[in-house]
Amino acid sequence: MYKHKDLLGIREMSAEEIGFLLDTAGPMKEIIKRQIKKVPTLRGKTVVTLFYENSTRTRGSFELAAKYLSADSINMSGSSSSVAKGESLYDTGRTLQSLGADVIVLRHPMPGAPRLLARSVKAAVINAGDGAHEHPSQALLDMFTVREKKGGLAGLRVVIVGDIMHSRVARSNIWGFTKMGAEVRVCGPSTMIPVGLEETGVQVFHQMDQALDGADVIIMLRIQKERQQQGLFPGLREYSRLYGLNRRRLELAAGDALVLHPGPMNRGVEIAADIADGSQAVIEEQVTNGVAVRMALLYLLTGGGAQ
Amino acid sequence: MKLIMQNGRLLDPAAGRDLTADLYVNNGFICAPFQPDSNTNIIDAGGKLVTPGLVDMHVHLREPGFEYKETIATGTAAAARGGFTGVACMPNTDPVTDNRVAVEYINKRTQEAGQVRVYPVGAITRGSQGKELAELADMREAGAAAFSDDGQPVTDAGLMRRAMRYCTMLGAAIISHCEDKSLAGGGVMHEGAYSTILGLKGVPASAEEAMVARDIILAGETGCPLHIAHISTAGSVCLVREAKKRGVKVTAEVTPHHFTLTDRAVGDFNTNAKVNPPLRGEADVQAVREGLADGTIDAIATDHAPHSFDEKNVEFDLAPFGLVGLETAVGLVWTELVQTGILTPLQAVQKLSCNPARILGIAGGTLAEGAPADITVIDPLFEETVNPNNFAGKSRNTPFTGHRLKGLPVLTIVAGEIKYRRQ
Repeated sequence: MYKHKDLLGIREMSAEEIGFLLDTAGPMKEIIKRQIKKVPTLRGKTVVTLFYENSTRTRGSFELAAKYLSADSINMSGSSSSVAKGESLYDTGRTLQSLGADVIVLRHPMPGAPRLLARSVKAAVINAGDGAHEHPSQALLDMFTVREKKGGLAGLRVVIVGDIMHSRVARSNIWGFTKMGAEVRVCGPSTMIPVGLEETGVQVFHQMDQALDGADVIIMLRIQKERQQQGLFPGLREYSRLYGLNRRRLELAAGDALVLHPGPMNRGVEIAADIADGSQAVIEEQVTNGVAVRMALLYLLTGGGAQ
Repeated sequence: MKLIMQNGRLLDPAAGRDLTADLYVNNGFICAPFQPDSNTNIIDAGGKLVTPGLVDMHVHLREPGFEYKETIATGTAAAARGGFTGVACMPNTDPVTDNRVAVEYINKRTQEAGQVRVYPVGAITRGSQGKELAELADMREAGAAAFSDDGQPVTDAGLMRRAMRYCTMLGAAIISHCEDKSLAGGGVMHEGAYSTILGLKGVPASAEEAMVARDIILAGETGCPLHIAHISTAGSVCLVREAKKRGVKVTAEVTPHHFTLTDRAVGDFNTNAKVNPPLRGEADVQAVREGLADGTIDAIATDHAPHSFDEKNVEFDLAPFGLVGLETAVGLVWTELVQTGILTPLQAVQKLSCNPARILGIAGGTLAEGAPADITVIDPLFEETVNPNNFAGKSRNTPFTGHRLKGLPVLTIVAGEIKYRRQ
């Protein structure tokens, strides 16, 4: 069961709730595979995607999820709307509510913004990424993908590699996989590992070869070039040498290890092209599963599955 | 007007007195015992603590410029309700208190609308821009009690050194807001496991400590009295303790929120717990409590920083730093420090009254005959749950809503006049 008004983060979810959401996403994936990818389940419901940051895949994924379920969906961008005129998030949220929004999907550069919005409106709020805080639908689709391939999550060794400090994907996955009984390791340069991360129950590595030993799942994070200007690492060449996933390194992991990437990838930097296109990569399936997971979220947050 | 306070427990740290006795007031001053007549106001203070008027040496009254947050009228009403008979107000108003006229304006508005005494703090640099010295001597003559660029650190060490040298001839302390901006890095809360969990940018302890160390070195070299505002980390407490041992003229204050709350109080992005310096870790809270107990930390001050509801009802990153403290301070001191045995009642009064008065070089902090009749009465058994709707101040931005406090001010007297009485 999922009985909350909103979906703001994985941290506040129980293992049972996560499992229930993943279970609900299964039948949704069946719908996407049909010849006619549309069911009337959410007819008459309105979904607003409110994005204060650029995003193609997350936004497109939520929009398609809404459309496959027959909800009406509209987009608002931070740059083109009243936000550019200085309207507060509170007022924007109240306006969307008055327009009849049942669900507001929010992407925002600042941590906690979805919490503020959720407190301000009666509509369900889905966090589609808030700064370095959480990106719960990404973690759910990652877990869905791994569970589908591996049959379960408990006992798996999951390694997340890259800029952990600035990554909401890393945080949501840390909460999600640890709650589901997996062992989580993180690996990255010491300037990109935030203080006190061990308290979340993960093991921290700086040597990628050590971190990958026996890994069942490898989640590669995108490295942002602007972090170099902030002085967090000296350059892409050195970064790639230390934290790039290549054939040699992949062989240190378990033979059937999965490679995930939330996208968009920097080919040749954090991930070699032959790995990204290789048989162990599930990066494209992640995208499809993302739609299924988001259909499940929209369905459950508009009252579906309540009985 | 004559007044007799009967049967109270007089706490007068300046005289080392702690005894049950009557206190006599005539014409705005504490005086020798006299026979009451029909005009004498007799107050029964049985079971209550009668202390020299409390002084909050770190308050933002927001006037002029930000009257929607607080005014001298509402801020001093909050002070009176909180048991304070005097407050020092920081210069980060609009315009900044960086010249004689601005100091005189505050004094004039206090005469017109103030409920308690107000001691203006002048800016160290023009516009608190950290570029050139403000007219410190002129402001001093007009009544500036001390100098500070509070809210902004004086980044230029050479300028801070010249300000300290200049102040040695004025007999005024420099109050330093210690924050190295390059280390603070735009952080919005304490850097620790909890900032990592929330994905918020952290302010490391070094951001404060690096500048505390710098200013202690400069104070030692120049001989200028240095007061460290709102100390918040274990490392800063060590630096001040060690400097005092060496004889450097350094004092320090801590706020009730820094000795009570940790970074966990940020909770679910509660902007009322966003404050600068940030609420720190458990070890830091323990360290400032030890610093209070062993005398390293001289004063308790609130850093009362009112903001409107709408200003705080935004994304955590966008919310202004600061919280209101005047009306919860005494209750927190009694609940967190006195009832737990960290401070004796006498020590608590010292840090809320005598020491701030001494650091600012102002009258007060004593119940001796001839002293101004600034008196605070505290009921150590009075209990209340914090409800910001009852505040006398204009703003409600407190992280203590719902906290149960025991030991509250019940009567505030300024120059012999009753300014607040708890019902």
